Amino acid sequence: MTVSAIAQAAAEASTGSVTAFPAVDAARVPRDTRPLRLITCGSVDDGKSTLIGRLLWDTKAVKEDQAATLRRDSGKQNDLGLPDFALLLDGLQAEREQGITIDVAYRYFATDKRSFIVADTPGHEQYTRNMATGASTADLAVLLVDARTGLLEQTRRHATIATLMGIKQFVLAVNKFDLTGYDRARFDQISHEFKELALSLGVRQITAIPMSALKGENVVYDGKESMPWYDGPTLVEVLELATVRSAQTVGFRLPVQRVSRPGESFRGYQGTVAGGSVKPGDSVVILPSGMVANVTKIVTFDLVRNAAVAGDAITLVLDRQVDVSRGDMIVSLESQPQTGLAFDAQLVALQSDGIQPGKRYWLKSGSRRQRVTVQPSSLLDLKSGKWNHHTDGLSMNAIGKVHLAFDEQAVFDAYEQNRTTGAFILIDPDTNNTVAGGMITGKRSSLSGIHTEDSRVILSLPADLADQLMATELFASRREEADIRRVNAGKAAEVLDGIDG
Amino acid sequence: MPSTLPETELHNPQTTKTPLDPHLKALENEAIHIFREVAAEFDKPVMLYSVGKDSSVLLHLARKAFYPGRVPFPLLHVNTGWKFSEMIAFRNDIVKKYDLDFIEHINPRGAAENVTPFTHGSALFTDIMKTEGLRQALDAGGFDAAFGGARRDEEASRAKERIYSFRTPEHRWDPRAQRPELWNIYNGMIRKGESVRAFPLSNWTEVDIWRYIQVEEIPLVPLYYAKERPYIERDGMMILAEDPRLELLPGETVKHGSIRFRTLGDFPLTGAIPSVATNLEEVIAELEIATVSERQGRAIDRDQSGSMEKKKREGYF
Ligand SMILES: Nc1nc2c(ncn2[C@@H]2O[C@H](COP(=O)(O)OP(=O)(O)OP(=O)(O)O)[C@@H](O)[C@H]2O)c(=O)[nH]1
Ligand SMILES: [Mg+2]
Repeated sequence: MTVSAIAQAAAEASTGSVTAFPAVDAARVPRDTRPLRLITCGSVDDGKSTLIGRLLWDTKAVKEDQAATLRRDSGKQNDLGLPDFALLLDGLQAEREQGITIDVAYRYFATDKRSFIVADTPGHEQYTRNMATGASTADLAVLLVDARTGLLEQTRRHATIATLMGIKQFVLAVNKFDLTGYDRARFDQISHEFKELALSLGVRQITAIPMSALKGENVVYDGKESMPWYDGPTLVEVLELATVRSAQTVGFRLPVQRVSRPGESFRGYQGTVAGGSVKPGDSVVILPSGMVANVTKIVTFDLVRNAAVAGDAITLVLDRQVDVSRGDMIVSLESQPQTGLAFDAQLVALQSDGIQPGKRYWLKSGSRRQRVTVQPSSLLDLKSGKWNHHTDGLSMNAIGKVHLAFDEQAVFDAYEQNRTTGAFILIDPDTNNTVAGGMITGKRSSLSGIHTEDSRVILSLPADLADQLMATELFASRREEADIRRVNAGKAAEVLDGIDG
Repeated sequence: MPSTLPETELHNPQTTKTPLDPHLKALENEAIHIFREVAAEFDKPVMLYSVGKDSSVLLHLARKAFYPGRVPFPLLHVNTGWKFSEMIAFRNDIVKKYDLDFIEHINPRGAAENVTPFTHGSALFTDIMKTEGLRQALDAGGFDAAFGGARRDEEASRAKERIYSFRTPEHRWDPRAQRPELWNIYNGMIRKGESVRAFPLSNWTEVDIWRYIQVEEIPLVPLYYAKERPYIERDGMMILAEDPRLELLPGETVKHGSIRFRTLGDFPLTGAIPSVATNLEEVIAELEIATVSERQGRAIDRDQSGSMEKKKREGYF
C-alpha cells in the first residue's frame, strides 16, 4: 500500500465509524462568537474532573492515542469497566497519586454549535485559590453536588466565590445519581435547597440536572433510560444556549500598558480596551492626571482602524503632547471611572498568611501597580450567608469586605459595572505571591455631606432615601459605622451631585 | 502634531486579507496583551523561537503587539544540532526578513561529549541538549522572562500551567505552588535570579493555530506540507532520511512517499505522517479527521505519562 493509500484508508476508517453523536468538525465550528468559558466547581470528590473528562470523551475531543493512554493508566477504579475519566484532567503526578485535583486544568472542546474553554477546579478547601483562578474569567459555573451528601459548606463557598466574581449563570449538577437509585425526590430536594442558596446570592439563572458523570447520563447523551421522568436539557444543551459575558456597555477604558516610541515622530499608547469603544475624534481624559486630549488614530498592525471596541488590543494616538505613562487609564470624557484615595471592595484571601489589617500590599489592577493598606470591615459567614462585623485579619479562604487606602490616586469602576477595571489582585511584598483577589464595590467618599468623625460616617440624605437606606441589608451590617441625617431635598441634591461627580 | 508618520506608512500592504473571526480575534487580543505586559514589566525578556508552527504564530503576534515599533527583545533558538536542515534555512531567512535580534545556543557538551539522540536515547539527549541548553542560554543572557509557544491543549501537565509560569533561580517549576492568576491581571513580581516563562498561546488549540496561519498568511517551514520525501520506519515512526548522520539499522530501507510533519523538532525524534495535504486548506481538512493527537509523532512525549511534567520541573519550557 502506498503512503497516500494509507492516508486515504485512515481517513475512511475514521469517518466511516458510526457514532450516535455527530462527529465534531472542529474547524467548522461556528466562530461568530468567542468561546464560552465555564468552570466546574463544588466539594471534594463530587465528580468535577470525571464530568469534564466525560464531556471531552463524548464530544470526541479525546484522540485515539490519548484514549489508549487513559485506558492504560486507569487500572480498575470502578465496577462498571469504564475508564477513570478524571485522569484526562488530573495531569500532575501528585494529583494522580492522591486521586484529587490540586490545580485548575484548562481544556478545549467543541460541539457542532459552539466552542468551549473549560476550567476544571479543585474541590479541596486548601486549594480554593485555584478555584478562584478558574472562576475569575468564567461566564458560567457548573456546580456539582454528590446526590448522596447534598450541599456542603464547600459547595456554598464555591457558589459564593463564583457569584462574587460575577458569574450569573449556574448549572447545578446533582451527580452520582446512579448511586441513589435515581431517586427523583432526592433530586427535587437538592435542587430546592440550592435554589434557596442561589436566591440569597442573587443568582437567577439556574438549571438543575440529575446526572451520572461517570456513566455519561445527561452530560452529552440523555439519561432517559434511567430517569424517564426527567425531561429537562442535558448539560451540553444548556452550555450551547448559555450567553457569553456581554461586552461592557460602560464608557471607554484603556489601561495603558506601554508607550510606543519607535521614532521621534510617533508616540502611541498601547493597551487592551477594557470597556466601551473609541474612534478618531473622540475626546478622552487621562487618569489620574485629568488631562484632556482627542484621539487622532487607532493603529494596529493590519490597518489604521476607524473604531475599536472592548477586548481589542490597540495603539492609540492622541492629538497633543500629554504626559501618559504605563498604569494610566485613558477614558471617555463623558463617562469616567472613579478616582480617589479610598475604595471599598470585597475580597477572597488566597494564601495561608491571610490578609493582615494595616499591612502595606501591592495592588495590581489593569496595568497599574500601587501601594495599598487593607482594613477589613466584615466577614461572610458561609452557613448563614450573613456579613458579620469583623475588623481583624482575614484568614485563608475567607471572604470579606474591606476598605482600601492608597498613597496615590487610584482609578476604578465598580466590578458590577466593569469586570476588568473593577478587579484587582493583592501581592504580598514579602513573598511576591498573589494573596487575594478583589472586586471594587465603590469609592469611599470624603466629599461634602459625608464626614468622617471618629471613623463614623455621617450621611446627609433626603428623608425618603434615608429611610430606604436604613432598611437595606447593607446598612444593617454596618449600622455602627454610620449616622444618617435627614435633610431637605435641595440640600440633598447638592450632596448627591458631589457624589456622582 | 506628535504623530507625523504618514498614514500610508502605517498601512500594512496586505489589507486584502479576510478579517479574523471573533474566536481568533479574541485569542489574538489576549496574546498581544500578554506580550505587552511582559515587555513592560520585565527588565530583560527573550522569546524562545523553535522555528515550528507555534513559534511562527508567536513571532507574528509579537510583531503585531509592538507595531509600529520593532520587537523589543531578542529571539533565542536553543539548537540541538539535530534540527531538520530546512528549519535552519527558514529560520535564517525569517531573522533577516523581519530585522530581528537573534541568539542561537547549542549546549557545548553536545560536541564535547558527542551527545546524539542515537547514542544517548531520546530522554537523556533532550535533557542535555534542550533542558540544560535552555538553562545555559537563559543564565548567560540574564533573562528574567522568556516567552514560549506552549499551548495548554498539548498535554495534561501543560493544561495546568499559568500564563505567567514562575521559575526558581534553578529554573524549576513547582506545579503544586503556582501563584493564583485571576482575570487578566498577571503578577510579574520576582526576586533577582527568579524568572517567568510567559505563554501567550496558552488558550490556543492546534486547529486555532492552523486557521490563524491560514487567515494571516504566516510563512511556515515547508516540512509542514506534504511532498515526496525519503524516509525510514523506526520504532513505529517515519523518520526523514536525508541527513547523512542517520545510519540505517539492519533491515531498514529508505522508502519514498508523500509525507509531512504535524510538529517539528529534532529530525531523528520527530515522526512524519503519510499525507497528501500540500497546502493549508488540505492540512486543515486532514486535521479535522485526525484520530490521533499531534504529540503522537514526538518520541520524547511518548516515554511515559507525566514525562512532560518531569521535564518541566527541571526547567524545560
Ligand atoms: N458512581 C459514580 N461515581 C462517580 C460519578 N462521578 C464521579 N464518580 C467517582 O467519584 C470519584 C471522584 O471523582 P473526581 O472526578 O475525581 O472528583 P472531583 O470532584 O474532581 O474531585 P476533586 O477535584 O479532588 O475535588 C471518582 O472515583 C469517580 O469515578 C458518578 O456519576 N457516578
Ligand atoms: Mg477534580
